[in-house]
Amino acid sequence: MIAIVKYNAGNVTSVKNAIERLGFECIVTDNSEELQKADKVIFPGVGEASSAMAYLKEKGLDEVIKNLKQPFLGICLGMQLMCDYSEEGNVECLGIFKTKVKKFPPLDLVPQMGWNTIVQNGKENENEDVYFVHSYYAEVCEETTATCNYILNFSAALQKDNFYGVQFHPEKSGKIGEEILNKFLMLNF
Amino acid sequence: MLKKRIIPCLDIKDGRTVKGVNFEGLIDAGLPVELAKRYADEGADELVFLDITATIEKRKTLSDLVELISKEINIPFTVGGGINSLEEAATLIQRGADKVSLNSSAVIRPELIQEIASQFGSQCVVVAIDTKFVNGEWKVFVSGGRIETDLKTIDWAKKVEVLGAGEILLTSMNSDGTKNGFEKSILKEIVQELNIPVIASGGAGSKEHFKEVFEETNVSAALAASVFHFGEISIPDLKKYLNENKIYVRTT
Repeated sequence: MIAIVKYNAGNVTSVKNAIERLGFECIVTDNSEELQKADKVIFPGVGEASSAMAYLKEKGLDEVIKNLKQPFLGICLGMQLMCDYSEEGNVECLGIFKTKVKKFPPLDLVPQMGWNTIVQNGKENENEDVYFVHSYYAEVCEETTATCNYILNFSAALQKDNFYGVQFHPEKSGKIGEEILNKFLMLNF
Repeated sequence: MLKKRIIPCLDIKDGRTVKGVNFEGLIDAGLPVELAKRYADEGADELVFLDITATIEKRKTLSDLVELISKEINIPFTVGGGINSLEEAATLIQRGADKVSLNSSAVIRPELIQEIASQFGSQCVVVAIDTKFVNGEWKVFVSGGRIETDLKTIDWAKKVEVLGAGEILLTSMNSDGTKNGFEKSILKEIVQELNIPVIASGGAGSKEHFKEVFEETNVSAALAASVFHFGEISIPDLKKYLNENKIYVRTT
């Protein structure tokens, strides 16, 4: 069973639909036991960082998430909340990835909205653009596994142990997004 | 590099896709979900669904359709047509729409933009502006282009940005359905004045029209309907052409 973390950050319909399209069953829950029992946990989110963190703390989900052992994937705001700190609402986050989340400088349209290329191992993933919508970005750090360039270079994907994070929306990134999501759902630990 | 976006638009009436010429004379163009899937597979970057006969009785039909679309397609989509309240927008977003598009309702009650943006984020709110060149200036029209307002297009566009719109979908009624090309003068002006993405709409008839609008104005996306529905331009061909002409778009 796949669990999607339920919290006050936007709606999870698209993520749920994408998982079901790939043939997996999933539940949307904020119950810590259900999250701990799940084979994989997905942490989506479109919303505001400080209010999302406040909600997670109030529910005790911050500690639950940090201690999960199964494959865990944060998407967009979910990924940003896995970092040390976010400028959005000036808030300490979960501290899984040792990096900071900052607002894009206003040198181009903000948010970045649309399809962009990601760079993995120094190589551009040609013809595999993914869909981004965000005003804040995570700085590149040791845990960065892919970068993207918009105004500056930032973390498009991060990984540490069982924790994965992506700034883009795999659930909205066409076939390549489905492949990325499927790869995560098929992980065996 | 962030790519320019190509967006097919599906006008929906009674659950079918239709396309009008100059907002009238509707021609049936098929089932929305089928078309949507085809466009997503062909490489469309986003989709827009506009319910052009949205009335209260039809509201449920539209949200059912949104749920169906969300289950079937894997790219972002916007839904619009007669959304008058935060509740209606919330229902469509919760059933899977990535963005909602407001038009007449935002002119009547501009706070609606703010209400939706503060609950779901600016990235969820597209303001569609239907504009026409009348007596030497670009004016905003509402009710499917039937009613002229006092608003100047440029002023209204600036105001919706301040209110929290995440994107503007600008349709030139002078060119809509004519296939004579996008109306570049007003697009250029709006893009220069605003800091949110602008989607060009109305008048696409050839691949060159897309190239020109991207070359001559800094719009983020271009939208079209009939040229795609009736197969006059195929999305893969269009994208190949644009990339060859250094207008960079996503290829799959």
